[in-house]
Amino acid sequence: MDFATALQIADSAIRLATPLLLACLAGLFSERAGIFDIGLEGKMLAAAFMSAAVAAVTGNVWLGLGAGILASLSLSAIHGVASITFRGNQLISGVALNFLASGMTVLIAQTWFGQGGRTPSLIGGGRFTSIELPFAEALRDVPIFGPIYYEVISGHSILVYVALLCVPLTWWVLFRTRFGLRLRAVGENPAAVDTAGVSVIGMRYTAVAICGILCGIAGAYLSTALAAGFVKEMTAGRGYIALAALIFAKWRPWYALSATLLFGLLEAVANRYQNIDMPSWLAITVLLVMAAGLVWGGRKGRLDMAVLGGLAAILAAVSVAIWMGSTISEGTTGLPVQLMQALPYILTVVILAGFVGRATPPRAGGEPYVKER
Amino acid sequence: MTSIQKILGATAVLALSAGTALADPAVVFDLGGKFDKSFNESAFNGAERWATETGGSYRELEMQSEAQREQALRRLAESGSNPIVMTGFAFSSVLEEVAPDYPDTKFAIVDGFVDAPNVRTILFSEHEGSYLVGMMAAMASETGTVGFVGGMDIPLIRKFACGYAQGVQAVNGDATIIANMTGTTPAAWNDPVKGGELAKSQMSQGADVIYAAAGGTGIGVLQAAADEGKLSIGVDSNQNYLHPGSVLTSMLKRVDNAVYEAFTAGTELETGIVTMDLASGGVGYAVDENNAELVTAEMQAAVDAAAEQIASGALTVHDYTSDDSCPALTF
Repeated sequence: MDFATALQIADSAIRLATPLLLACLAGLFSERAGIFDIGLEGKMLAAAFMSAAVAAVTGNVWLGLGAGILASLSLSAIHGVASITFRGNQLISGVALNFLASGMTVLIAQTWFGQGGRTPSLIGGGRFTSIELPFAEALRDVPIFGPIYYEVISGHSILVYVALLCVPLTWWVLFRTRFGLRLRAVGENPAAVDTAGVSVIGMRYTAVAICGILCGIAGAYLSTALAAGFVKEMTAGRGYIALAALIFAKWRPWYALSATLLFGLLEAVANRYQNIDMPSWLAITVLLVMAAGLVWGGRKGRLDMAVLGGLAAILAAVSVAIWMGSTISEGTTGLPVQLMQALPYILTVVILAGFVGRATPPRAGGEPYVKER
Repeated sequence: MTSIQKILGATAVLALSAGTALADPAVVFDLGGKFDKSFNESAFNGAERWATETGGSYRELEMQSEAQREQALRRLAESGSNPIVMTGFAFSSVLEEVAPDYPDTKFAIVDGFVDAPNVRTILFSEHEGSYLVGMMAAMASETGTVGFVGGMDIPLIRKFACGYAQGVQAVNGDATIIANMTGTTPAAWNDPVKGGELAKSQMSQGADVIYAAAGGTGIGVLQAAADEGKLSIGVDSNQNYLHPGSVLTSMLKRVDNAVYEAFTAGTELETGIVTMDLASGGVGYAVDENNAELVTAEMQAAVDAAAEQIASGALTVHDYTSDDSCPALTF
């Protein structure tokens, strides 16, 4: 892999990581305040549709972004009413929102545009275009740094930079402000916050609203920056991957950045190298290292050992198969597409099990707050 | 015979005759949805053409999930629809179970394969059409590198890719073909973001013509190519109009003709395997005002000559599904 290819992959990784990052931070706010949110997917989908629809009609992508955020916020409001005010089950409410968004987006799109549950393709001002950062062209010829700045850092849509700025902002809000302290406390011990005279319900509604805004940006990014229009189910499970990244990141903003970047990177690598011929020894080494990581990660518990050991055995078996095959085809192995596409998920399990350690969710997460008990 | 029995008998006769009178044809669309601008939309157009020409009416159902397939077929069969046309390979296993239960109902399945006395299996020679657009891609390419983005990784989509690769190599033996699949689940048919990302990755590797055989995912591929000023090739329906001047051509798969024929035949539908190939106009490529400037006379002459050879049998394009391997491309 040469330098230019590495840059292209990094560029692609940032594009793919951005919606995950925004959704992950959205989940972080909500869950830190004690409201589990399975509905990230549905909110993103609703926002993706609304922003594409409004951008298509008005030709103004900023109005689209606003509409997307409003759509996502309205789903957040439903989630809030169901799970905070009426103390319903947060998981069920979230799943319901996902179904609602999945059906409503297609239904409304069909009624409005009659194109079979999609919006018209966005053109001109209806899309977020990529922006050149200052000096990108001038610094292009500077060795190493120039190409990195030009290819990877510059030339994304503005929402990418918004998402990246959200990371330090989230950290600062959560860990350096009174509001953040209260928000985290609501997720750990709401009774104590209530005793101190702060409204638990108010804090939780605020957190859910912030979650809605961030999901709205994520959805708008999908349909108006990455793609040019809405297609049914276009979030394709990214909300769930963001949830996995959130656990992976142990509910911390900077970890969320690295977790989502890792997911983006793995997806970009899988996209780029779908059917590569690589030296067999390399493929075998990578698989065996992964297997070793699994065994190492599972060494503490018997159940962990059984599950992860099984996966490790499968990886070892694959590497043996490659080794057997390589004697015939002279040292190179064509890795099948399916393996490359499964790689992000396999690596997630490996990293989660082997290197992350115990991820502890906020203690009051998932429990509706009842004043008198 | 008591009067009650008479009434019951009369009702039964009425119900039966009502059943035959209601023998409207029906079409079932696969998960991609009726308006996917591609495969299912083509089927819908065929049904609509039949309806406007004959003034008849038909029933339609759109699948929302895998679990609905059997229920949908049984419901249509029980309500007296005949024939019932369904689009998509995924119906095969379901139809195999349902068809024997309704021996008087005729079924037609596009892209699937079911061996039953009341089922018409309609197959297309997608490899032949893909061969033609592959030739055009190789002639239009300046870099000598062309791309292919498939939807879900199934033998049918590999058949597209394999025919395409053979066409490319027929024109330019040194051409590089980058073939990518979007995924291994049905979600791969509706992920324009990933489709666009795959196309960008292929373009960064030098591809300047990209063929998308990926349903709704293909919309993202065509968009990405148009954004970067590269060429793309649409599939199933004529997609030239989506980005005029950027879509080189579209590989047409005349699902509309298949549905139209089945509807026209009505309850007299002949069963067995029907192959719609290049010779019978089942596949082809699209030229209209949107891509007239992109298709040169030289290109058209070469492709038409090849089409004639394929139709006459002088040139055979290898079919991936015949032996699960491709001479021109490794997956």
